[in-house]
Formats: sequence, C-alpha cells, structure tokens
Amino acid sequence: MSSVGFTGSLPRLEHTGRVTQLRVALSEWTKLRSVRSTRWSLLIAVLLTIGFPLLFAAVTSSHWGSMSPHERADRHPLDIALAGVNVSQLAIAVLGVLVITAEYSTGMIRASFIAVPKRLPVLWAKVGVYALVSFVLSLPSVIVAFFASQAILAKHDILQISFTHGGVARAVIGGAVYLMLVGIFAMALGAIVRNTAGGIALFAGIFFVIPPLLNVLPTSWNNAISPWLPDSAGRAVFSLTTGAHQLHPLPGVLLFIGYCAAAIAIAAVLLVRRDT
Amino acid sequence: MIEAKGLTKDYGSKRAVDGLTFSVQPGIVTGFLGPNGSGKSTTMRLILGLDRPTAGDVQVNARHYRSHPAPLHEVGALLEARSVHTGRSAYNHLLALAQTHGISRRRVEELIDLVGLHDVARKRAGQFSLGMGQRLGIATALLGDPATVMLDEPVNGLDPEGIHWMRNLLKQLAAEGRTVFVSSHLMSEMALTADHLIVIGRGRLIADTSVEDFVRRASKNVVRVRSPQATQLRDALLGPEVSVTEVEPGVIEVTGLTAAQIGDTAADHSLRLHELTPQQASLEEAFMELTRDDIEFRASIGEAQEVAA
Repeated sequence: MSSVGFTGSLPRLEHTGRVTQLRVALSEWTKLRSVRSTRWSLLIAVLLTIGFPLLFAAVTSSHWGSMSPHERADRHPLDIALAGVNVSQLAIAVLGVLVITAEYSTGMIRASFIAVPKRLPVLWAKVGVYALVSFVLSLPSVIVAFFASQAILAKHDILQISFTHGGVARAVIGGAVYLMLVGIFAMALGAIVRNTAGGIALFAGIFFVIPPLLNVLPTSWNNAISPWLPDSAGRAVFSLTTGAHQLHPLPGVLLFIGYCAAAIAIAAVLLVRRDT
Repeated sequence: MIEAKGLTKDYGSKRAVDGLTFSVQPGIVTGFLGPNGSGKSTTMRLILGLDRPTAGDVQVNARHYRSHPAPLHEVGALLEARSVHTGRSAYNHLLALAQTHGISRRRVEELIDLVGLHDVARKRAGQFSLGMGQRLGIATALLGDPATVMLDEPVNGLDPEGIHWMRNLLKQLAAEGRTVFVSSHLMSEMALTADHLIVIGRGRLIADTSVEDFVRRASKNVVRVRSPQATQLRDALLGPEVSVTEVEPGVIEVTGLTAAQIGDTAADHSLRLHELTPQQASLEEAFMELTRDDIEFRASIGEAQEVAA
C-alpha cells in the first residue's frame, strides 16, 4: 500500500460535543456490532437456545412409544423448551468476557479511555448495551424454542403445557433474563481480570466447576451451600418447580442480580484505580 | 498547553518518571526527546490520565485531562503502543470514538481521506501494515480537532513521503495556534520539525531549551587533540567542567575547554601536541552526550528495562 499518500490539511470541526452517557452507549453499540466475534457468538447463542429444544423434542417424540412410564414421567416439556439456555449461556458468557478483555489484549482500551477518561461511562455503556442486546435476542429465542418444541410434541397430550399456565410464562421469560444476567456477570469478571483466558476460566470455575465439586461435601453442607451459588440462584428464575434445595424464583433471581451488581461494583472500583 | 509539576511515576521499585517539571507552549512544535526507555511514553500516559502519577501533577489546558467535558477536543493523542481492536475496520474504529463526542460520520470520512486510508477503511485494522496503523492513529488523534496534539514517535513506520507529510502537518498544526508535543528518540528528526526541546533521560529532565540554543550548545568546544603524551595531557586537562574521551590511542576529544586553553595547559606541562582542532559536534552527538548517563545505564543492565512499553 505504499502508493497510498497523505493529502490535504486538517479540516476544522464545525461543532464539538461533550461526552455524555448516551453517546458512549452509542459508541459501545458501534463497537459491539462491528467485530465478527459478536455476530458469531450471538448467532451461536440463538441457534443453541432454539436448536437444542427442537432436537430434544424430536428425540422425545420419536422415542415416546419405547419409553418406560418412569422415563416418561421424568420428561418435562418446560425442561425441553429451555434446555438450550444451559448451553447457550456459555456463548453469552464468553462474548461477555471478550467484549471487555479484547479491548485490553488489542490495546483498544487506551483509545477508549483517552476518549472517555472518566472511564466509568464506558463500563456502564458496555454493560447496558450488552445486556440489552443479549436480552433482545434471547427473549424471542426462548419463546420460539417453547412454541416450536410444543408443536413437535403436539401428539403427546401429556407433554402439552400452556404458556398461560401458572409460572410457565415466567420461566420462559426467565430463561432470557438468566442469559442476560450471565452476560453481565461474565462481563464483570472480564473487567476484573482483564484477560480473556482468565475471564473465561473464572466464569467456568464459578458456573461449571464449583457446583459439582460441592457434591463431595457432606450432603447437608452441599444442600445448605448450593442454593446460594450464582449458578443455582440464577437458574431458579427459569425453573417451573422449586426443588427442596433451591431458592424460589424471585429470591433466586434477586440474589443472582446481587452477585452481578457486586461483581460490577468490584470491576468499577478497579477500573477507576488501575493504570491502563 | 501542558504543564507538569514534579511529575513522578514508579512501577514497582523502578522509577520511570522522576520529578518532571515542564510546560509545553501553544503555537510551536515541542520535541520530547530521550532514548528508548527514558520515560517519554509514560509521561504521555500520565498526561492522558491512563496512568496515575505516584507524585506530582500534570494538567492540560488548565485542567486535569480527566475533568474536561470534551477530552478529544482538548488533546489528540497517538500512543506508541497500538490502540486499535484488530478485528474492527478503520472506519468503525474512528466512528466509535467519534460517537463518544457526537462527532459526525462526515468528519470520520474526512479524516480517513486526509490520512490516505480511503481504500482500506473497511478492512480490519489487524491487516494493516505498520505505516497504515500509524496513519489510522493520526486520524484518531485529529478526530476531535484538538487544541493540543500529542504524538508518541509519529514517524515510526512511515515511508519517506509520509514522514514529509507528518513534518508539514506538525508545523501547520502549530501555526494554527495548537500545542504540538511530539516525542522522538531521533535528534535529527526533531531538529527538522521542533522549535523547542524537552530532553529527558532516565525519567529526569535533562534540558528544556529552544532548538536554537540546543544547536548552539551542541557546537560548544569540542577539541580534537593528537599527542604522543595523550594520557598525561588528559590528566592535566581534567576538571569539574571538562570531559575528555579517548577516540583512539594518542587522540582525545576535549569538551569544556577552548583550543587556546588546551594549548596553554600543554605548554605549562611541557607536553607535545601534534594536532589541535576545534570540532563541531553533530546534533545527534550532542544529544547522545546529554543522555549519556541513560545510555550507560541501559548498557549495564540490558535492554529489557522498558517499563513504558
């Protein structure tokens, strides 16, 4: 590209605006939509959220005749409809971590903080924009997953469940809320460790490693601790029934929001204090 | 206008910037000169609030950079370290930064044209060559029509045409009344563009002077002396303001004395002289002379000390 030359002189800027939270949010939206990893991660999250329920519904429907009564009793249509949430949360979490840590690994964070030296507006904008985007994509995904899996299971009356049935709408919408909160939580972890691998490892540790580890504790301890973990508390919002050792949906989701808020608060304090 | 007062920054036990006090005036190009690792980049990061000073203070246009309502309008900065997401196009990179200040898409397009990136503006910045990356950095710096332009080693990676353009741009920006603060480790580059020089070494201020003065000081008394008794002569000449370097056996260069003073001293000690020639030191030599402590420091503990990177 040596033929590309410099031309002209710097034109004056006709009007200078100050930095506002809304402008920073628009900037973060531009950043989010303009890299490939975003589009891929979000596409994968949507496909997993819808795809797994369709797959499970199809398998359940085709094997229904050969299932034992016990097995049949174990199949819950809402579990099938929301099976994808368990998988797509990983895509949402990885992207959440990446939205922050990629700025550190590429050095973009310096440009971001030179433009917005107060820094916190960048964090709020990232969290707000990503929360909005992940919810706006997750909500239709879980609703499509619910109705599509129900359609596939249409010939099995016992697997039919009404959206207006008590708690069903809450659980389905809760699936989208859960994904959004997972994204926020992962983003905060990314901001705290400022490193992609570290952020993803920390998330995986908290969500996928610690819960099964608790199984080696005495059952009474496990039962006492497990419900309060972020993962278990968050899941309560998309569970139709509340197990003996699980929080109810509302306290569960409130606790998970609390975890997210605490993680964001730590990230905010570090963001302002640390050198970049 | 940039004003630093006692600016100090420690990274662990290493002092990267040590009590810098200087001011950078509008309307001229101020060169910020120092060897690699002398604290130039750290100073610039402190000015921008990316790092916090351990002690001291620095303000831009009478305020901390952080407290300006439209920071990009105050300072346009190009850092030496890359500051671009490799997966984003040049256009979207500039657009995202412009949007924080409500700067229009038209302005973004104008700057892309200005730095000659029109044909590659939609390509991912990760595919850019060093020179293209540098142009994108310059476009970023000029986005907000800043009152102060601060560039860290801006000609790095530019082809001769780009270097020429950069020199003219810096002069033009200064002529428009802006504060222009440009770092370099190359004295020759600064001599061509700068009006004023701030020289640092090992994080400390070494000189704060006009380029004219610096050139005058550079051509101060360096005298080449050839003598079969060079060692004795050296001992006779050495004093608090005098330095002597041995160029080759029997040949020394003396700084701080005139040829006449050296000749008289030789006569007083009955030492024979075969040559006595006043020299004009080049700017580069003068710069190296000024920063010699820093060079020695680096040579003794290796090149890996660049905390500023």
